[in-house]
Amino acid sequence: MDKFRMIFQFFQSNQESFMNGICGIMALASTQMYSAFDFNCPCLPHYNMAYGLGILLVPPFILFLLGFVLNNNISMLAEEWRRPHGQRGKDPAVLRYMFCSMAQRAMIAPVVWVSVTLLDGKCITCAFCTSVPVETLGNASHPLLSQGEIQRVLARIPCKEIYNGQELIANEVAVRYLRCISQALGWCFVLLMTTLAFLVRSLRPCFSQAAFLKSRYWSHYIDIERKLFDETCAEHARSFAKVCIQQFFEGMSTDLVAAHCHQPRKASEDMGEASKKLLGITDQGTMNMALKSWHRCKPPLHLHPPVLPSGNGWAGEGQPPVHPSAPRRETAAYYSLV
Amino acid sequence: MDRFRMIFQYFQSNSESVMNGICGLLALASVKMYTCLDFSCPCLPQYNRAYGLGIMFVPPVILFLCSLILNRQSLVMLDEWRRPQGHRKKDLAVVRYMFSSIMQRAMVAPVVWIIVTLLDGKCLICAFSGSMDPEKFVGFANITPVQLEQLLAKVPCKDDELMRNNTSHKAVSRYLRCWSQALGWSILLILIVAAFLARWLRPCFNQDTLLQARHWSNYIDIEQKIFEETCCEHSRLFAHKCILHFFESMRQEIKLHSFNLPRQGEGDEGEEDLLQGITDQHQVNKLLKTWYYEKPPLDVS
Repeated sequence: MDKFRMIFQFFQSNQESFMNGICGIMALASTQMYSAFDFNCPCLPHYNMAYGLGILLVPPFILFLLGFVLNNNISMLAEEWRRPHGQRGKDPAVLRYMFCSMAQRAMIAPVVWVSVTLLDGKCITCAFCTSVPVETLGNASHPLLSQGEIQRVLARIPCKEIYNGQELIANEVAVRYLRCISQALGWCFVLLMTTLAFLVRSLRPCFSQAAFLKSRYWSHYIDIERKLFDETCAEHARSFAKVCIQQFFEGMSTDLVAAHCHQPRKASEDMGEASKKLLGITDQGTMNMALKSWHRCKPPLHLHPPVLPSGNGWAGEGQPPVHPSAPRRETAAYYSLV
Repeated sequence: MDRFRMIFQYFQSNSESVMNGICGLLALASVKMYTCLDFSCPCLPQYNRAYGLGIMFVPPVILFLCSLILNRQSLVMLDEWRRPQGHRKKDLAVVRYMFSSIMQRAMVAPVVWIIVTLLDGKCLICAFSGSMDPEKFVGFANITPVQLEQLLAKVPCKDDELMRNNTSHKAVSRYLRCWSQALGWSILLILIVAAFLARWLRPCFNQDTLLQARHWSNYIDIEQKIFEETCCEHSRLFAHKCILHFFESMRQEIKLHSFNLPRQGEGDEGEEDLLQGITDQHQVNKLLKTWYYEKPPLDVS
């Protein structure tokens, strides 16, 4: 019981910090992924925008879903949502709280990716290089170039080593222009997100704080209850297995005694605990049979009640326990007479 | 300190978290293996595709098999599947649950390898540079098909003398790498969406059957561990008794043969018990020789 209490306290005190830790790790992982990822603009007219916007938007979506997948509470939320009513009412406010808190944590890594991408500038440069205003920044009146050709030349802006449109528009000028816009967008995005987070945190206590505290308490409760249930089942399975195996060994030795017609050994005082722990298996043949039987014929998942000491002081403690169906048979006979 | 010990014991006793740990370690190992691998495309028309696709698909198979080998639960599952019925009914739902959880964990490292390979791009560039349509790129006009094939095959090798001054190979590389990365991100997206849907929708279907299957698969694992522990404990006691019997029989034999009267010292009885009556070099040598040439029978009844 003491062990349960300590584990319960540990999880209660650290549940929020555990989830915050996962969230922080994912944010760091997203910056690491971005710097490890080798951005490779295709520098072809129609591919640039797809690639650039794809890299800007697809990984955040993946990170968002990953934030949900890694959060163990998602199955708890789904379970709580789908469970039958039974004898416990369902509170939709609790479900909403759980969903909101998971979604808020899952949003952090995607926001970090989008911010880092915009501040770095490569994605926007790749996606929008064909829309650079050539009239203002370059030499729009360049002769002998069709619209398609111009698009092809502009598409190569991010790839300095194959860029061949220096007369049309200087590569450095275009890249600086696009990067400036990208960074401005990035900073505005960060400012917007931070303002939103600030508003959510500071305005929440102004609206239904009591209901919020209640939802938070009961969502923690559901989480702890589920964990404790899993632990109790594991403890129970452990005890069940111990007793099952002990009864298996005892059953083996009883069977062998019956088969070989040995006299049951009287429990003498100097036998010691070691002999009792040998569970009646004292030679190679018996042990081999026990091991073979364990594989070929596992015992049923049904524990016998413990043997009660017999009142007449008879020394034959090796008797097998009373079969549970025996008293039932007597009861059935009694009722059938009535 | 006590709390940490309890938590450590808890995590160790929970075999699911041990398996998750192994799974995560294998995924990290696969990323590390890829970064350490010295990818070296042969740049020859017939060999490129085999090498590129080989590096992309053979290590995942190896990682998959490693995951199955390292996962203890696969043996437990096989044992449960193949055992004779005996007194205990077999529940196939439990075996199915164990199989699906083993498969899910074993698939993580191979998938990580494939995705890292695709996002890096070298494998696909090596495998498919020879299948490019030369009309999309400048610099491949006016050459014979044989020369074209060789030139395209050399695209992945930037240091080759033909490629060093050739800018069109960069265009081909970029194009293929773009497709490779798009494929990698798409596969990652599909897998994450599938994982999300699986986690979200699972409680909607047969939640009670799932809880039972999970409990009994955990039980089978615990039972196997406890059985092994019980057997270990039993064999330790068995060995102890066997050796005590051996020393006792040696002592009696020595008493019989050498007519030594037992010593009647009063203060030394505790230590004499430990010495088991073997008190000189000759007796010890005889005991050791007998232990080697004539081990006692496995019977302590």
